[in-house]
Amino acid sequence: MIPEIGHFALILALLVALVQGTVPMIGAARGDGAWMALARPASLAQLACVGIAFAALMYSFVVSDFSVALVAENSHSAKPMLYKVTGLWGNHEGSLLLWVLILALFGAAVALFGRNLPAPLKARVLSVQAWIAVGFLAFLLFTSNPFLRLDPAPFEGRSLNPLLQDPGLAFHPPFLYLGYVGFSIALSFAVAALIEGRVDAAWARWVRPWTLAAWLFLTLGIAMGSWWAYYELGWGGFWFWDPVENASFMPWLAGTALLHSAIVTEKRDTLKSWTILLAIIAFSLSLLGTFLVRSGVLTSVHAFATDPARGVFILLLLVIAVGGSLTLYGLRAPKLKSGGLFAPISREGGLVLNNLLLTVGCATVLIGTLYPLALDMFGAGKVSVGPPFFNRAFGPIILAAVAVAALGPMLPWKRADLAAVLARLKFALVAAVVAVVAVWLATGGASPLPALGMGLAAWLFAAALVELGGRLKLFRAPLADSWNRARNLPRSAYGTTIAHAALAIVVAGVIGSQAWQTEVIVLMRPGDTVDVAGYDFTLVGVSDVTGPNYTARRGRFTVTREGRPVTVMSPEKRFYPVQGMPTTEAAIHSTWIADLYAVIGEPAEGGGWSVRLYYNPLVPWIWFGAVMMALGGVVSLSDRRLRIGAPVRRRRRPAVAVPRTA
Amino acid sequence: MKRKHRRLIVVVVGMGLLGAATALALTAFKDNLVFFYSPSEIATKDIPEGRRVRVGGLVEEGSVTRLDDGLTVTFRITDLAEAIPVTYRGMLPDLFREGQGVVVEGRFDAAGRFTADEVLAKHDEKYMPPEVAEALKASGEWRGASE
Repeated sequence: MIPEIGHFALILALLVALVQGTVPMIGAARGDGAWMALARPASLAQLACVGIAFAALMYSFVVSDFSVALVAENSHSAKPMLYKVTGLWGNHEGSLLLWVLILALFGAAVALFGRNLPAPLKARVLSVQAWIAVGFLAFLLFTSNPFLRLDPAPFEGRSLNPLLQDPGLAFHPPFLYLGYVGFSIALSFAVAALIEGRVDAAWARWVRPWTLAAWLFLTLGIAMGSWWAYYELGWGGFWFWDPVENASFMPWLAGTALLHSAIVTEKRDTLKSWTILLAIIAFSLSLLGTFLVRSGVLTSVHAFATDPARGVFILLLLVIAVGGSLTLYGLRAPKLKSGGLFAPISREGGLVLNNLLLTVGCATVLIGTLYPLALDMFGAGKVSVGPPFFNRAFGPIILAAVAVAALGPMLPWKRADLAAVLARLKFALVAAVVAVVAVWLATGGASPLPALGMGLAAWLFAAALVELGGRLKLFRAPLADSWNRARNLPRSAYGTTIAHAALAIVVAGVIGSQAWQTEVIVLMRPGDTVDVAGYDFTLVGVSDVTGPNYTARRGRFTVTREGRPVTVMSPEKRFYPVQGMPTTEAAIHSTWIADLYAVIGEPAEGGGWSVRLYYNPLVPWIWFGAVMMALGGVVSLSDRRLRIGAPVRRRRRPAVAVPRTA
Repeated sequence: MKRKHRRLIVVVVGMGLLGAATALALTAFKDNLVFFYSPSEIATKDIPEGRRVRVGGLVEEGSVTRLDDGLTVTFRITDLAEAIPVTYRGMLPDLFREGQGVVVEGRFDAAGRFTADEVLAKHDEKYMPPEVAEALKASGEWRGASE
């Protein structure tokens, strides 16, 4: 009964979306207030319908109703409750339902919080949003119905892929989707603006908080996925330039560019058609990512079993959505009037350069990701494009963007004096040089490139601090004065500083871990000691343990450094009998500067176990930096000027204002 | 400076960047494209020694042996028409087992032996790498669902 209610609610949601996609759009064209006003209740009704469907499926998973095919295939009664719940989106159908739920959530949020949006714009935005929902609901209902029944119902389920039974991955899809789908709002705003033929500063101000929210969720989602790959796959690495990873990284790059270009549109009323184009690109890349992951056209180390028919459907959606938006863009964009003038060396110029670097970087990732597909289509052979390509093609571009990110926030609008800005950055330059020399000496002068990279990170980090210091007039004005400035500084300024400093930390982490990782693969017997980058790993023993739904072989290492104990590490090799599948649980000890990483492997015939030990310098900085970057987004989002639905800022009342009586 | 000039600067910088990126991408492609072959193709093609390639197929039943050092594994990859021997030193992925589809990446040495430095098996036991499925179809040994 419950699954049928869910199925019915989903069909209802499709019908509501059809109405929401047409009536308000016609209303906006005719200027009919009542028709436009339908958008708001319709988007709330759509959220309610999809919410009921989602709740119904959730219920089936929680009570382990194996008469539902999806539950039987992906759940098991002995599974911990957390993974029963997250098992819902650990598969194709469920994850699409989550996709649609988040889409409806964003639509309803615009309907509820977008009170100060002009009625026609709001109606059009919600209509476009509804059309995206129509596409995905149809996809869900016609090719991937999550509510299909099994008759007879099996006695027990097949359980979730054990690799997915992990807290890191449990929340990775929702965050990733909040990011992907969040960009749909940017697209809806862009398409609505194209239909209206008007883009102004107010439009950019409405788009920015949504883009920012999507961006920060995507940042966290990517970080979580990367973290999961790091400790669950046991390869000691965190990013493999795999198609599935690139699929999430490309929208992030485009979204980051959009975030920056929208600032120019808001503040200077220019770069309008570019901002619109970026909004279209960001969501198109999200759709492309969904297509790549769900269709299985590319060989990926993260690939799961897929169905080609579904791939074709998503490709069709992709073509309609991207083709439609771009056609509209081609028709309407030339009519958008461009505003303020600016010199090449100015804040605008810096942001344009940022956008050029980010989009060109995004293009190289796209080429590297799709090239094997194109080559295969023309029958020119099967190839794979590995990390060396991306490191060489994408690396220099993004490092240039990092170098420019230090300068950008210090440039004034319209026209800037580069020499004066560089003079203010003396301190950052000194910090960069010190970092290069220190790192170069500390690593024994091996290769200068990583040292230069660390210098670049130091440059950005120091520049972010100098920029904030400059705004506060720190050390140049009395401390009380600086404190006052600090209190009145808009939160978005803090957001910029935090995010840029965080980027510096991530860059340092990535470069450090790539340059100075130590890997030891060795056969160890209990009592053996192996030295890894100055840490002595001793294998104490290996024992068998039993978990809730698995059995495991657990190794025990004691780690010492110069005779002093550091930690005890217990990596596991788990075996999940329901799926007959082993997984690797790496043991990780983090010192904030580096990770010690141990994996236990197979027993050897002559006794002993194969083990893999890593010293991963600066890897913790990557996660720390990513979370800090998202935090920068949160701080910026809390800026009153951007707060969703915040009324226009009123003039500050006089201090003696009489409090209103309630 | 006129509006036209300013726009020109943006366009020139943009083109310059795009050109630089294209150059970077092309040079990176030249050295880092890794071609994929099935064991049957390996048998007919002459692959220069030392060139990085990927080979995909099934791990031949009964071919996996561990050497005495406990770390080096040898096995044969087959598309059920031809098979090639592979040596790999390191830890195999969790889902590596006989009869399973895998992709290995590495080089042939002068004697024609293949040494892998990467072995890719998948997260999901139902999954078959598309290249492997195609290699099996090409050798007429595909037993999975037809498309």
